[in-house]
Amino acid sequence: MYGFGMAKGMAVTMKNLLVPGRMFTVHQYPSRRIGPLGLAKRSGVNVVSFTIRNPVQVLKAIAGMVSVEDSDPRHPRFRGEEFTWYEERCTGCASCAKYCPLGIIRIVTDPNGQAVQEGQNYGIEVFDMDIGRCMFCGLCVEACPYDALHMGSGFEESTYRRSELVIDVERLKSAPKRPSTWFRPQLEQKGYNPQTGVELGWREVGRHEQPTLAEQQDRWSKR
Amino acid sequence: MTIQTEPITINLGPQHPSTHGVFRIRVTFDGEVVIDVEPVFGYLHRGTEKLAEERTYTQIVTLTDRLDYTSSMTNNLAYVRTVEKLGSIPVPERAMYMRVIASELQRIASHLVSTGFFLQELGVFVTLLMYCFRERERVLDLFEMLCGARVTVSYMRPGGVFQDAPEDFWPALDTFVRDMPGYIDDLEGLISDNEIVLARTRDIGVLTPELAIDSSASGPVLRGSSVQWDLRKAASYEVYDRVAFDVPIGSSGDSYDRYIVRIQEMRQSISIIQQCIDQIEPGPVRTEGPFFVRPPAGDAYSSVEAPRGELGFYIVSDGGISPYRCKIRSPSYINLTSLKDLVVGWKLADLVVIFGSVDVNMGEVDR
Amino acid sequence: MDFGGLHRLFTDFLPAGWEWIAFAVAGFLLSFAVINVMIGLTAVYTWFERRALGRFQTRLGPNRWGPFGLFQPLADVLKLITKEDVIPAVADKIAFTLAPIVLLVPGFLVVAVLPVGAESFLGELNVGILFVIGVTGVSTLAIFMGAWGSRNKYAMFGALRAVAMLISYEVPMALALTGVVITAGSLALLDIVTEQAVPFALVQPLGFIIFVTAALAEMNRTPFDLVEGESELAGGYITEFSGMKFGIFQLAEFMAPIVMSALATVLFLAGTKGWAPVPGLVWFALKAFLVLFFLLWVRATWPRLRIDQVMAFAWKGLLPLALLNMFMVALQVQLLQDPTTGELTSGDLWRMAAFNWPLAIGSIVVAANVLGQRRISRRPAAPSPLANMTAEGD
Repeated sequence: MYGFGMAKGMAVTMKNLLVPGRMFTVHQYPSRRIGPLGLAKRSGVNVVSFTIRNPVQVLKAIAGMVSVEDSDPRHPRFRGEEFTWYEERCTGCASCAKYCPLGIIRIVTDPNGQAVQEGQNYGIEVFDMDIGRCMFCGLCVEACPYDALHMGSGFEESTYRRSELVIDVERLKSAPKRPSTWFRPQLEQKGYNPQTGVELGWREVGRHEQPTLAEQQDRWSKR
Repeated sequence: MTIQTEPITINLGPQHPSTHGVFRIRVTFDGEVVIDVEPVFGYLHRGTEKLAEERTYTQIVTLTDRLDYTSSMTNNLAYVRTVEKLGSIPVPERAMYMRVIASELQRIASHLVSTGFFLQELGVFVTLLMYCFRERERVLDLFEMLCGARVTVSYMRPGGVFQDAPEDFWPALDTFVRDMPGYIDDLEGLISDNEIVLARTRDIGVLTPELAIDSSASGPVLRGSSVQWDLRKAASYEVYDRVAFDVPIGSSGDSYDRYIVRIQEMRQSISIIQQCIDQIEPGPVRTEGPFFVRPPAGDAYSSVEAPRGELGFYIVSDGGISPYRCKIRSPSYINLTSLKDLVVGWKLADLVVIFGSVDVNMGEVDR
Repeated sequence: MDFGGLHRLFTDFLPAGWEWIAFAVAGFLLSFAVINVMIGLTAVYTWFERRALGRFQTRLGPNRWGPFGLFQPLADVLKLITKEDVIPAVADKIAFTLAPIVLLVPGFLVVAVLPVGAESFLGELNVGILFVIGVTGVSTLAIFMGAWGSRNKYAMFGALRAVAMLISYEVPMALALTGVVITAGSLALLDIVTEQAVPFALVQPLGFIIFVTAALAEMNRTPFDLVEGESELAGGYITEFSGMKFGIFQLAEFMAPIVMSALATVLFLAGTKGWAPVPGLVWFALKAFLVLFFLLWVRATWPRLRIDQVMAFAWKGLLPLALLNMFMVALQVQLLQDPTTGELTSGDLWRMAAFNWPLAIGSIVVAANVLGQRRISRRPAAPSPLANMTAEGD
């Protein structure tokens, strides 16, 4: 009454202006301006010696022309916009393709099929994933019985053409292998962080060796 | 001598800053007073129910994320409970606690969105919106720890929760629960006693209890009209019967009451989360089962208390891996039926405020 | 700074009958200075407002262009200049084109007569306040011209509301100013500044509050910014303007707070008076900045009022208070002034202040109760008997 409520509101706004802890940590993606103090701190020397060694850069920093990369750190479980695929582990069973709700995975294996015996892998000819339509739900990762497919951890996948959004098998083979720890408890137990960790090889990502036929039948066709 | 006037019909079109999503209202004004309202929706219809007939039960979880996109966890929960009821799938204890924690966190996030946009429409520029979204970021960070995604979570599966929480989730949750009441006090200090907000929302858009019950309203819309009805207590599910909480109600059914009910519900959610953290025990989080869930033929309906009201799923199964029919009872759609009674007789500025207080989400209305 | 004598610099170079050229050149230079200084200040103010609003909202303001985003106004101007200037085919071209200019010019005119330093840019005007009130009324016309020229239903909605609101709030503003005039004993702005041994904000708090509230309404700022309420009708009277016309509207809209803060400083906060070593211009800027910051703070915090609430507030709330203020001040001046010279000593001013503060608080309390504030309070909630969720089900 009498304007006290309005005054209380003004006090709240002023508190958010002045109290330093209220400012949300703002990450200025992709890069933020950095001043001479920040530059010195990043290189680990104090400001004066940094200025003496790199005068031009300090001047540029004061004028606001130096910037560094900045982004919000993501949790290791983050479901990124790319996929990590280990061809040594993949058998071409196409469980991921069957399980995808949108049907964006296209797998064509060796059409011959005669030489394949129980326990051998299919030769993979085409393994396309269309991330233009993918919703990154991770059901394909959940389906993979051999831990060959994992979610990736990056998100900068934009291209200039829609056709380039289809990841073909060559791109999958050559992409950096930083699997997200989503639905991979063995990676989480190792404490792996895809943003800061090293790339993992195919022997380090599995929770078990190839499942047996009985286990596969149990999982997929039990009624 | 009387001046000749005639009513004017304006389209508050699908793209408008204050319709929550793509929603079109054809309003007929007499001067500035609203005399008729005709809502037109369907601009966000994506055929969810038809798509559900062609997906397996686990794949539909990803579809339900996108219904009410500001409260994905409760959408998942409603659907998954129906499948479990249909197929008699047991759920482990720890999974139930995780589900309740996720639902209550989602309730806080959804009410923050609703409050932020409600005040944005009142004209606070974006100050309150930024404060609410700043707090919502903390909830979304917790969701990212749980399931790798912030908004479209796909966290629940028939038979439990998808994956257990990582080690760093619990300290982060403790910090959140400890800090959140202070932030809610901030929000309340900015709004609840502000004379301008009171003048704009008090006694505006009154929904009488009889009309609320007759039009099947649910959620804060119903509770704002002083009808104490909450599915978490009336038809308790998961572990809500083991936690103690109040059900806040409003006093007269106007827009201000609906807003106050949401703020108080946020406080109750924090207390529920705290009790769940104290009560949770280690254990499995998912009942192991076949990959393709095959419930026996039959039908089932089950509903949960979503942030916007009673969200229910009615699934008819024919014994296969896909449902035969999946019908979604969305709260925003049903709450919207009383819009005309709420709005007629008020001015244009009030139309915006009333619509904001009813808090519809077009993802749910159109499915 | 002797602005009035600037023309004398040029008369030396001119033959006898041609002194008017000196006046013309001096006038041109002064106008050039005023316009450029004001536009520059407005540009800096837009940057400041966006950064400060950002900080209130726990985010950064503009920070990409230039250090701390200081080139942002430049980027805005460049963008607006290069935009296509769309004029609707059915628009009234004269009204449409002139509306931004008519909105912009009163700001310059008001600043030109404010006493910064010893005298103002335009010399000493002995009817300063009348001039100010008259000129600020012209901005109402500009809003209506903009909407009429647009031939747009939404624009007319917004503009009619704006015109009603602006006309209503000029009355309390003028009445609050009469209190100042009576106390100072003169209409000239310079005299008002010199008479303020005690700032009039302390002497007449009610007048100050009324003036700031009415000024907020005159500038179409929160909580009275329903004119351009983006969440209601797309843009109000600005809907059809694009390119530099829109730029000039925005310029005028951001210049208005600066002008009003400067005016409030002159009238109520003793303008350029301050303590010795710091020059008067710095004190003026500091006080104007405080008022400006308050206006910005209000914008960041409060929601907006509805049009009928705005009108009720003006006619039922501010007008009686302004009349009360004017009568009380007149009574006090009549009783306290020196019978022969009509002067008020600073002791008299303090006595007026001692009487006026309780009067202000008391009258606001009475007005709040009369206007029905009491019913806008929280009532306890009782569950309706229509539903009982704890009962055993059937």
